[in-house]
Parts: sequence; C-alpha cells; structure tokens
Amino acid sequence: MFMPKKLVIVLFVFATMPSNAQEGAGLGTPISQQNLAPWDISIQPNGDGLPPGSGSVEAGEAVYMQKCIACHGVEGSGGPYDQLVGGQGTLEQLQQVRTVGSFWPYASTIFDYIRRAMPFENPQSLTNDEVYALTAYLLFENGIIDEDDVMNSETLPEVEMPNEEGFILAYPTDKSMEEMNEI
Amino acid sequence: MTQFKDNDSDLQQVAGNGLLHRRLFLGRGAAMLGGLGLFSASASAQQGPLQIPQWMLEPGAHMSGYGQRSQYEEGVQRIVGGAPGVSGSGVSFTPLQNLHGTITPNSLHFERHHSGVPNINPEEHRLLIHGLVSRPLVFSMDDLMRYPTVTRIQFLECSGNSFNNMLPEAQQAPVGVLHGLMSCSEWTGVPLSILMDEAGVEPEGDWVLAEGADAAAMSRSIPMEKIMDDAIIALYQNGERLRPENGYPMRLFLPGWEGNMAVKWLRRLKVNRDPTMTRDETSHYTDVLLDGRARMFTYPMAVKSVITSPSTGLNLNSGPGIYEITGLAWSGAGRIRRVEVSADGGASWAEAAISGPALDKSFTRFRMAWRWNGGPATLKSRAIDETGAVQPTRDELVSIHGERSNYHNNSIQTWHVAENSGEVSNVYA
Ligand code: HEC
Repeated sequence: MFMPKKLVIVLFVFATMPSNAQEGAGLGTPISQQNLAPWDISIQPNGDGLPPGSGSVEAGEAVYMQKCIACHGVEGSGGPYDQLVGGQGTLEQLQQVRTVGSFWPYASTIFDYIRRAMPFENPQSLTNDEVYALTAYLLFENGIIDEDDVMNSETLPEVEMPNEEGFILAYPTDKSMEEMNEI
Repeated sequence: MTQFKDNDSDLQQVAGNGLLHRRLFLGRGAAMLGGLGLFSASASAQQGPLQIPQWMLEPGAHMSGYGQRSQYEEGVQRIVGGAPGVSGSGVSFTPLQNLHGTITPNSLHFERHHSGVPNINPEEHRLLIHGLVSRPLVFSMDDLMRYPTVTRIQFLECSGNSFNNMLPEAQQAPVGVLHGLMSCSEWTGVPLSILMDEAGVEPEGDWVLAEGADAAAMSRSIPMEKIMDDAIIALYQNGERLRPENGYPMRLFLPGWEGNMAVKWLRRLKVNRDPTMTRDETSHYTDVLLDGRARMFTYPMAVKSVITSPSTGLNLNSGPGIYEITGLAWSGAGRIRRVEVSADGGASWAEAAISGPALDKSFTRFRMAWRWNGGPATLKSRAIDETGAVQPTRDELVSIHGERSNYHNNSIQTWHVAENSGEVSNVYA
C-alpha cells in the first residue's frame, strides 16, 4: 500500500507517546525484595504474606492477659475499647454486636491488624509467634477453632469465619437505591 | 445582565412559606434587595457620633513570617471528639457554622486519626511501590517534588460524616458537629498513574494496598482502575505543604471517594491481584443493611447538601423579614446540577442560586432568598448531581440500613424554625 513518508513518521511518534501524555521523571530508586521486606507487613485472605512461626491458644491467652486485657476486657469483652469476642447471632437484631467473631469475614485480617496496630501504645512490638498465638486465642474465644488448634501460615488461611458470606460487594457493580431496597 | 423592575414582582414567592426567586441573588438582584430596604436590620436604633479608633492613631503591628488570624476570631475552633483514654483515635469537626464560601482553611480541616498524628521528618520519609510490578521502586520527597503535578479543587468527606443524624434522637448541635467531617481544598499532587507506569504494573495487578506511616499503619485496598484514573499523591493543600494532621508530607487523594481511603502519611503502595481485606475495609467502613448483611467497598460519596445557615445556633434573631438561606452541595459522581430548597417541610421546592462555577467533585455554595413571616418553618435542601442522582430523605436511608449504619449518610438535613423566637433546631421530619 502506498503511504507518504511523512505520514509514517507522524504515526510512529503517536505510537510511542505515553497514554496519559505525562511522563515521569524516572527518579524512583530500585529496591530488592529483601530490602523492602521490613515494610511488607500486609496479609492477603489467602495467606500471602504470612511469616514463618506459629502460636497456640494457650500461649495467646498468656500474651492477652499481659498486653490486651486492660483495654479489651476479660476474654475479649467488657473492656473500655472494642469488644473482640461474642455477638454471634446479633447481626439481624437492631442492637448488633460486631466483633472479630460475629462480623469479620477473614481470619487473615486478625493477624494483619494485630501485628500492625496492637497493642495500641506499642504497635509492631509483638513477635510473629505472639501474633499467631493471639490470633489463635481470639478465634478460640469466639468458638471458631478448638482449644488445641495451632495457628501458622498453613492453618490460618484455612479458618472459615462465620460471617464470610455476610458481605455484598458494592464495587465494581454498585447498585442503585431501588435495587438496594429489593435486597 | 439581568434587569429588575423596581416592583414587587421581583419578590415573587416561588415556593411555599416565603421562598423568593433565585434571580434575587444573580446579577444586580442582591443590590436591589438591599435598596428596597427589605433586609431586616434594626431600623429603629439611631447611630451616635462616630469615633476615631485607637488603631488609626498609631502604627500597627510589624510584618510577620507566618500569618495569624485576628485575636477576635480565635473562638472559631475545630470541635474535638475522640475515644477517651487513648490518644489519637477519634475525630475533630470542621466548624461549618463559622465558615463561608467553599474552601476549608487548612487549620480548620476536619481530622480522623486511628492512632494520632505522626511527626514525620520528610528527609527520612520514603514511598515504596512494590508487589505485582516489574520494578519495585522507592521515592524520596526530593524525587517526588520533581514530577509533574495536577491541581484540583475537590471535597474530602469522611464516610462517617453525619453519623450523628443516624442516632434515634435528633441531636441539638452546631452544623459542624452534625456534618463537619468534610472539607474542600485545592489539592496539588503527582498523578499516581505516572509512578505506577514507572514501576510497571503487571497485568493481574487489579488492586493496590495503600498504607500510612502512622502508628496504626492505616491501610486500605484501592482498585487499580481508580489509581490510574485520577488518584494523586497530594503534596500541597491550598497552596502550602500539607499539615501534619492532613498527612504531611504526602497523602493519597482519590477524588469523590470516601475520606478513609485517602490514606495519610502514605508510605507504601503494594500492587496485588485481590483486595487485602484490611480491618478498615471489613470491621469498619462497611455499611450494615437491615437484614444483617453489610455492603463492602462503597467508595463514592453520593450526592448531598446541607443548609449551613440558618442552622442550630444560627437563629433568626432580628424578627420577620428577608433572610438568606445558604449551604453547601457536593457529589462524588461529578458536578452539582441543581439545589432545591423547601421552607414548608418538603411540600414545595424552589431552585436555589449557585455561587460561582459548580466544579467537579467540589463544594458548591447555594443561596436562597426567604421572607420569613415569623411563623414556624421547616427548612430542607436537596441536591441533584449531573448524573441525575437525587439526595434521599432520612426515611429512605433508614428503610435500607435501619439506624445502624454510621457510614454514607447523605440524607436531607431538616431544620425547624420556631415561631416568633426564630430559634433553629435539628429535626427528623
Ligand atoms: C491502650 C489500650 C489498648 C490495648 C492495650 C490494646 N488495644 Fe486493641 N484496640 C484499642 C483501641 C482504641 C482500638 C480501636 C482503634 C481504632 O478504632 O482506630 C483497638 C482495636 C483492636 C482490634 C480491632 C477491633 C475491631 O472490631 O475492629 C483488635 C482485634 C485489637 N484491638 C486487638 C488487640 C490485641 C490483641 C491487644 C493486645 C496485644 C490489644 N488490642 C491491646 C485499644 C487497645
């Protein structure tokens, strides 16, 4: 096919332009997986990101008594801050009790959140074994695992949370008010 | 320019209980209102001899390196709330009752922190982009300051804003306490798409975990679609570098989406295939429904408006006459198309005047002239955005969520004006 030389050049220029027409300065410094690891603390529901280590219910209770009970109460309720245990069966009532046991859809979130944010005054101070143990303790107190179950990177993603089916994803298919009324 | 005849037809009532045509606020309309002597000033009092004030008789203060407001304005403060006993978990509200226009001053911008405000040294702060990318990268502040930026005037609203109006009893609190978990600022920052392109996102990288450098390491999963569309790393707010309580030295800003996702003190973006399901997108920031289930990932802040004056504490003190009803409207879906006001509890509505351009995902100030006859009145405003979405009533939302959902309450605010006293109260009606 005949194509004037000029047109070919113009097309070439367009094809190499970045899609959003703004180009970066290319100033990011490359980093290895090993060097970024200390910051890579998030855990996916399928267990991706879980570190080595493990913890038992018994070990978790010991840490809880020392580092959590003052704020979250005996066996996870009755403390000044968020109730962590109980509330199952209350979600359909007017007065809901939303806890790790009654509301949270994934066990991975317990590990992820305790490791990054608790205890409130000393976040990121617990060892991975302690976080596994606290996760086991809270799951046991909520009646989700047995007393001699141990939490580690294999067992934790297998835990089925009672309210996993209790959520409706609004993104990417957001529903209108009318559709919501029909639910 | 619109012409007005000097006659009563310009004061034509356009909806029940004294709402007047919005042309009174367009062009020369306002001047005419004044000229007709209709604003209810205290007409009887006589002004005595004028004095030369002391501040004209000596030079004033010297120039200063960083400006302060007048000492007479120091009473205008954020209203601070929060979990008692632990520092830094809680909120402070923007005092909407004291503000006008559409821009929120940085010092009065609402706060929501999960574990306090970190004192970040920008020279030590780093932004990490990793996960499903071909080149994991780290950026220093100096690096980021050299990238192209965009500037937009946009609102930021906590998805828990207006939670007080879901309590069973209507709270008698200033409009700032009822609706002040929101703001509007000029945000300047680096489009995140540029940085993502530099890192090279892999095809299955549909989600990005954004994490803050605060003691809660607050984190949310953001769809890649939004990141590549209009997300920015905000560095400047209303022309100056971010305040510490607003994320200094950098925060994520996602136009129109719930404030909690605009992660402050941003330190890490991890590209993932799936959402991380963090505590703040499961345990919190999910919207409970009547049947006990909850909606998750309810990102855009829906169309909303609120009358800021009259409101609780801003009473009609000077008796019957003409008053301005004014307020704010905004929508996470785009521009405000129209705001309607009612003075008879929603029986009839009239279109309000819009001040200035109605910008995309931004506060829009509306105004309405109203002749108060001294009788009881029930004021409401209702916003409609460019997608045609109409702000719902409280009853409509309660029929879906009960009174249990603290999030995404975009329902119509109702103010009751008491007969004679002109005292304003918050009502559910
Ligand atoms: C000084 C008080 C304090 C201590 C000690 C403390 N917490 Fe907390 N915890 C809080 C507060 C406050 C929150 C809510 C934070 C927020 O909402 O931002 C919270 C939230 C939580 C949550 C999330 C609850 C929910 O439903 O969303 C979990 C889980 C938790 N803490 C576990 C622990 C564990 C395990 C320990 C012990 C290692 C611990 N906490 C120690 C104060 C404390």
